[in-house]
Amino acid sequence: MASKATTRSSPTLSGIATTPSQTGVSHDALLAFERGSSAPSRWWWVRTISPLVWVCLAIIAGFIVCGVLADVIAPYDPTQNDLRARLQPPAFADGGSTAHLLGTDQLGRDLLSRLIHGARVSLAIGVLGMLCGAAFGVMCGLVSGFARGVVDEALMFLVDAWVALPFIIIALSVVAMLGSSLSVLILLATLSGWATYTRVSRGLALAAREQQYILAARAVGARPGRLLVRHILPNIIAPLIVLATLELTAIIMLEASLSFLGFGIQPPTPAWGYMVSEGREYLHTAWWVGVFPGVAIMLVTAAVSLAGDWLRDVLDPTLRS
Amino acid sequence: MLRFVLGRALRGIITVWIVVTTVFVVLRLSGDPASAMLGPDAPPEAIDAFRARHDLDRSIPVQYVTYIGNALRGDFGVSLADRRPATEHFRRRIGATLELGVVAVAIAVLVGIPAGVLAALRRNSIWDRLAMGMAFIGQSAPNFFIGIMLILVLSLQFNLFPSSGRGSWQQLVMPAFTLATGLLAALARMSRSALLEVVRQDFVRTARAKGLGERRVLLGHTLRNAAIPIVTLFGLSTGTLIGGAAITETVFAWPGVGRLTVNAVSSRDFPIIQLIVIVIAASVVTINLLIDIAYGLLDPRIRATGRGGA
Repeated sequence: MASKATTRSSPTLSGIATTPSQTGVSHDALLAFERGSSAPSRWWWVRTISPLVWVCLAIIAGFIVCGVLADVIAPYDPTQNDLRARLQPPAFADGGSTAHLLGTDQLGRDLLSRLIHGARVSLAIGVLGMLCGAAFGVMCGLVSGFARGVVDEALMFLVDAWVALPFIIIALSVVAMLGSSLSVLILLATLSGWATYTRVSRGLALAAREQQYILAARAVGARPGRLLVRHILPNIIAPLIVLATLELTAIIMLEASLSFLGFGIQPPTPAWGYMVSEGREYLHTAWWVGVFPGVAIMLVTAAVSLAGDWLRDVLDPTLRS
Repeated sequence: MLRFVLGRALRGIITVWIVVTTVFVVLRLSGDPASAMLGPDAPPEAIDAFRARHDLDRSIPVQYVTYIGNALRGDFGVSLADRRPATEHFRRRIGATLELGVVAVAIAVLVGIPAGVLAALRRNSIWDRLAMGMAFIGQSAPNFFIGIMLILVLSLQFNLFPSSGRGSWQQLVMPAFTLATGLLAALARMSRSALLEVVRQDFVRTARAKGLGERRVLLGHTLRNAAIPIVTLFGLSTGTLIGGAAITETVFAWPGVGRLTVNAVSSRDFPIIQLIVIVIAASVVTINLLIDIAYGLLDPRIRATGRGGA
């Protein structure tokens, strides 16, 4: 029960508070940790942030701010053509001006504004897809691991068949039949990770259901639904959060790739992948049109995956050496 | 071992069948290819004729049975765009994709594994940092962006390689490298960590203690035992490679199956999409089967118990 109480008092530390019981940290240490007396302060994890991780967190924060506040921050309307200012170089290059910090594209649209608005598409699809995928996948995994038997066999067979196909091919088939729109892209983002979540959470649920506290909860008469949601889920959430960061990079990459192929959010709404493919036509005269959005995709995926590594180390004390 | 292989093969066949069925049903339910191909203003007679020609006027179960029957005989229908057999389109393109894929895997293996081994042997040296830094960039940059940067630098700036098309070996270099990056980076990271893991094991110390030279220790004992996670990685990367081919071929105008797929999706050319999905599912299943067999060959323990999964 100790682990449950901790989970409730400080949700951000649930992973740390619960895993010691599995890794052999003594009960006294756990209690001390809970009281916050001799244990490290609740901000101990701040010290684990290396300079590189700070940079990554800053990039992620910038990405989120751009996505949420695009209308406020962007200096220009991202779809506003200005044919007299076509293919203006960025401010730091020869012939650039501070009017367009990152230059303009083939229709004279401000590249910086388009990048900022493009973040919105990536962020929306990434976060929604990640949450929906996690919810759906974890549900399947918990049911599979908890029910076992035929349900488990069937779900696992489906997962195996699903991962036998490269997801981009599934995505292209779905686009062929439904066309591409924001909702289709979110559907695809949801589908892209569900099998992984299912596999991982099934494994975790299988391990967790053998634990003593489940037996205890069952002994006091908890029903399966309550067992899953109140007891098993909080105790396996830490690895799932780490998995979610991995999935987020995969989804951002998927969205960018589809958009590059012309199957993403349709123009003129700016999306990074499509901006790269537009820029391909102008590589010899105006490299910035294609390069800046590509750099943006790379920075965000790299930042999220490095931050995910850090999060894994913080949430999983067994990996800390 | 034989029973294990047969069991896996059967599972694989069922997987392919599920994939075929799902794709067929979902694609047919989703919309009318006749109006997609002929345009919204097409006269009704033309649409009817189109449907009759492609068997679209019959019920879905009938279409399905016909389709499976034909597929087993190697007939996957005709392209909705030019009425030539889907298999013919596929056959004309597959050579280019295989060429690209084989060269890409070769590059990834020949560069990635030595880089990872070097990084592990000179742990924390400048080479280690450099190799792992490059590997990280290789894994976080999308394929199409790597391709575009290569075009920008090697084609436009230094004029070393042509930026598109197929024919000469120079045209193969950049697309193959672009396609290779993901696998290359993963192989480098994986072989580094696998080697570091194995080097600590007792049998490596034993090998050293009985006086073997470093080279024998590395080649005969360490690498052989580091091979299993590397082989696993191959299985997991097949899908990524196939997906990467669609993008790489688009960037470099490489006339392969990847571009065929993208074009077929744009024009909703269902027979071609179905054929491609089936072939990909079949190849991924086959590759995974081969990898399961490779486990058995690499690890006598698996062979002995006849069970997979390392």
